[in-house]
Amino acid sequence: MIFKHDVIIVGAGLAGLRAAMEVAGAADTALLSKVYPTRSHSGAAQGGIAAALGNEEEDFWEWHMYDTIKGGDYVADQDVAEILAKDAPRAVYELEHMGVPFNRTPEGKIAQRAFGGHTRGFGKAPVKRACYAADRSGRVILDTLYFEGVRKGLKIYPEFHMLDLVMKDNRVVGLVAYELATGEVHFFHCRAVLLATGGYGKVFKTTSNAFASTGDGVFLAYRAGIPLEDMEFVQFHPTGIYGLGVLISEAARGEGGILRNHQGERFMERYAPTIKDLAARDVVSRAIATEILEGRGINGRDYVHLDLTHLGEKKLAEKLSDITSFVKIYLGIDAATELIPVAPTCHYMMGGIQAGSHGRVLDTEQNPIPGLYAAGECSCLSLHGANRLGCNSLLDLVVFGRRAGTSILQDLKHLSWDDPPAHPMKEVQDRIRSLKERKSGEKHGRIRSAMQETMTRNCSIFRTEQSLSQALAEVRALKQQAGRVAIDNLGTRFNTDLLEALELEYLLGLAETIVVSALGRKESRGAHFRDDYPERNDDDYLKHTLVQRTDDGPQVSTKPVTITIYPPKPRTY
Amino acid sequence: MEMKFKIFRFDPEVDEEPRYQEYRVAADPAERILDCLNRIKWEQDGTLSYRMSCAHGVCGSDGMRINGTCALACQKLVREYADAEVTLEPLPFFRVLKDLTVDMNAFLEGILYFRPWLITLSDPPEQERLQSQEEAKRVEEVIRCILCACCTGACPVMSENPNYVGPAALVWAFRHVFDSRDEKRIERLNQLDFPDGVWPCVNHFECTRVCPKKIPVTKCINTLKREIEKTLPGRSQ
Ligand SMILES: Cc1cc2nc3c(=O)[nH]c(=O)nc-3n(C[C@H](O)[C@H](O)[C@H](O)COP(=O)(O)OP(=O)(O)OC[C@H]3O[C@@H](n4cnc5c(N)ncnc54)[C@H](O)[C@@H]3O)c2cc1C
Ligand code: SF4
Ligand code: SF4
Ligand code: FES
Repeated sequence: MIFKHDVIIVGAGLAGLRAAMEVAGAADTALLSKVYPTRSHSGAAQGGIAAALGNEEEDFWEWHMYDTIKGGDYVADQDVAEILAKDAPRAVYELEHMGVPFNRTPEGKIAQRAFGGHTRGFGKAPVKRACYAADRSGRVILDTLYFEGVRKGLKIYPEFHMLDLVMKDNRVVGLVAYELATGEVHFFHCRAVLLATGGYGKVFKTTSNAFASTGDGVFLAYRAGIPLEDMEFVQFHPTGIYGLGVLISEAARGEGGILRNHQGERFMERYAPTIKDLAARDVVSRAIATEILEGRGINGRDYVHLDLTHLGEKKLAEKLSDITSFVKIYLGIDAATELIPVAPTCHYMMGGIQAGSHGRVLDTEQNPIPGLYAAGECSCLSLHGANRLGCNSLLDLVVFGRRAGTSILQDLKHLSWDDPPAHPMKEVQDRIRSLKERKSGEKHGRIRSAMQETMTRNCSIFRTEQSLSQALAEVRALKQQAGRVAIDNLGTRFNTDLLEALELEYLLGLAETIVVSALGRKESRGAHFRDDYPERNDDDYLKHTLVQRTDDGPQVSTKPVTITIYPPKPRTY
Repeated sequence: MEMKFKIFRFDPEVDEEPRYQEYRVAADPAERILDCLNRIKWEQDGTLSYRMSCAHGVCGSDGMRINGTCALACQKLVREYADAEVTLEPLPFFRVLKDLTVDMNAFLEGILYFRPWLITLSDPPEQERLQSQEEAKRVEEVIRCILCACCTGACPVMSENPNYVGPAALVWAFRHVFDSRDEKRIERLNQLDFPDGVWPCVNHFECTRVCPKKIPVTKCINTLKREIEKTLPGRSQ
C-alpha cells in the first residue's frame, strides 16, 4: 500500500514521541515503531533525567554544561552542550506538567540525586542533579509521552518496521516499511522523515540494550550515503549484572553504593580520588576492567562487587526497587544483605547519524539534507563527545526531540512533495524474496553471535591496532557469510525470523563503522581507550570522526570540535 | 541441563486449529525461559513467533502462559522448572495472531477508556506543580505497571465477562484518581462506576498473584470501590 503523510517519525522512544508532540496537530504526522510504542527501549531507563533545578542543593546550568563537556573528554561541541544544560529545567518542568510522577523532596518539589560525573563547582564534589521516579524514570516518561500523543490524536503505526529510506536527488521522499501483522510491504510517501530509532548495543555480546536496539535508522541512513559521526565512542556502563548485562543504574552509586574488589577494597579511591565511585562511566569501567586484569576480580574472576548493603531496606525499596528486584529475580541475591556481582556492559552509543543541534541531518559538507532529521540515540549531535554522562540521554531526547520537531515545522513551509522514484519498494521486496527463496544457508543467529564475540573481545574497553584489525577482518568475513543467510519462516504473520535476518545486516554494517573509526583514532579519549596510544592527543585528535559509505568501503574523515568557553584540560575526577 | 518445551502453535491464516509442538533445548539453570525460546527459534525453528525486547521485565512484551500461569518469559528462570516440562501458551482470552503473539488492541483500548493522562484545568506554574511525598507515595506502586497484560489474562472474571475493563485498566485509572495533581477526580470516579467498570471484580486475587511488577492490583481495585462509595453519595448501585 501507499500511505501519505507530511511527516513520518520513525521510533516511539522519548525522542520520537517528543518530536511528534511538537509536529502533530500542525502537520499531518505519523509515527512508526517496530515494537509497540510503550515497549521502546527508553522505558528501560532507570536512573533519571539531568537538570540543574537546584531543588536539593545549589546548582547552575553552567556547572551542568561544564560536566557534560568534561564528561565527553572535550570532543563535545560546547554550543550544543550549552543548549542542553540551559534548556534542561524547562524540559523537566514540562514533563512534570504532563504528569510524570517524579519522586518529591520534603517541600514537594521534584527530588534529585547524585549521578556519575555531575558535579558542583566545576568538579569539586558530586551534585544532586538527576530528577527521578524511583528507578523507573524512563518508563514513566515514556508512558506519559505516549498517552499524551494518543490524547493529541497522533497517528501511530505500531509494529511497522522501516526497511529502507527512499531518497531522490539527495533529498528524502519517503520510506519503506514492513507490517509485522500482515507481512505487507508499504511505501510511506512524505515530505519529512525524522529518524529516532535508538541505539545499537546489540553489536556487542554483553549489553544493557534491548533486542530491538539494532541501529536500523543509523544503518539505513549510512547505506543511503549519509555520514555517521564519532562511531568509535561506545559506552560501557560499569555495572551490568554479571553474565546477563542487565543494568544496575548508576543511581545505585548515586544513592551511596560502593564498588569493591576481591579484598573488599573501595578501589575507585585509587582511580578517582575526588568523586570516587561517581566518576564518569568510562573511568569507572576502565577501573573495573583493570582490577579484573590485575587479578583483583572476585575469586580471580571477571567481575567485581557492588555493595548496597549499607543503604538499608527502606532506601532500596523507595528509590531502587526495580534493581533490587532484578538482582533478586536473576541472581537470587538480596541486595540489602549481599554483594552484587557486576561487570561492564555495553550501554550507549555516542556515535550516530550526523545532525546539527536543530536536528537536521548533515552531509559531509555540513549542508542539511532536505527533509531528513534525526534525534535521540541514533543521532550524533556532537553533544556527548567521547563519553555521555548518565541522565544526559533522556534529557537529550526531550530537548533535541523537541528542537527537531520545531525545525520540521519550519522547513515544511518550503519542503515540496516530490514524486518517488519509479519502484520505491522493489529493492526491499527483492531482498525479502531472495531471503525466502534461499533453500539452505547460514543461520543469522550464529553469525550475530560471532560478530558479538569478536566485537566484545577486540573492540571493547581496551583496544589496540592489532585487536581492531582482527575485529575488522572477522566482521568483514561475517558480512560475506551474511549474504548466504537462509531463514526457516516463509510466512507472513509476525515473521521475526525474517526481520532478524535483515537486522543482522545493519549490525554488521555498524560494527564495521565502529571498528574503522576506532582504528583512525590513534589516541585515548573518553570511552575510546587504545593500549597502544594510552594518552589523549589534542594536537592531532581534538576533532570528530566522520565515516561515510563508498563503493570501496567506509571512508573516514574528520571535522573540528566547537569550543566556546572551556578550553581542554587534563581530565581527572 | 536439558529442558523440554511444549509450545502452542497457531497461524490463523493457514492452520485450522492450534497444535502443540515439542522442543528440547540445553539450558543453564540461571537462564531465562526467554533465553530458551530464543535458542529454539534461532537454532531449531525460525517459524516460532513471540514478542520480546528488553529481556528483563520492563518493556512488557513477553507476557504468556507458562505452565498455566501468566508471566513474563524474561522473568522466569529455568531453575524454577527443573525436571518439569514447560508448556508455553499465549495469554488467555486474547485473540491469537500467531503462536504466542496476541492482539493487544482491546486491552489497550480498555486502558485508554479511562484517559490515562493527567487532566488539569489550571495553568501550570512556571516550575513544577508541588506534590507532597505522602501524595506521591499513593501512586508509587501503580506507576510500576509495564502494560504486559498478565493480570488481565489471569483474571477469571474476564473469561465470563469480556466487557469487564479488567485489572490493568483499573490500575491505570487508580494512577490518575489518586494523583493529587489531577483535577478530574470526581468525573473519573463516576466513569469507573458502571457495571463493567470497577464492580465486576470479585477479589480472586489472580491479578495480584501474577503481576510481574508486584503491584497490589486487587487492593487498588478495592480502594477505588471504597473511594466511589465514599465520594459519590446517592449513586445508584
Ligand atoms: C537499561 C538502560 C538504562 C538507561 N538509563 C538511563 C537513565 O537513567 N538516564 C538517561 O538519561 N539515559 C538512560 N539510558 C539511555 C537512554 O535510555 C537511551 O539512550 C534512550 O532511551 C534512547 O531513546 P531513543 O528515543 O533514542 O530510542 P529508543 O527508546 O531506543 O526507541 C527506539 C524506537 O525506534 C523504533 N525503531 C527502531 N528501529 C525501527 C525500525 N526499523 N522501524 C520502525 N521503528 C523502529 C523502536 O520501535 C523504538 O520505538 C539507559 C539505557 C539503558 C539501556
Ligand atoms: S481480583 Fe478482581 S481483577 Fe483481579 S483477578 Fe480477581 S476478579 Fe480479576
Ligand atoms: S498491573 Fe502488573 S500484570 Fe497488569 S499490566 Fe501492569 S504490570 Fe502487567
Ligand atoms: S522482554 Fe521486556 S518484559 Fe520481557
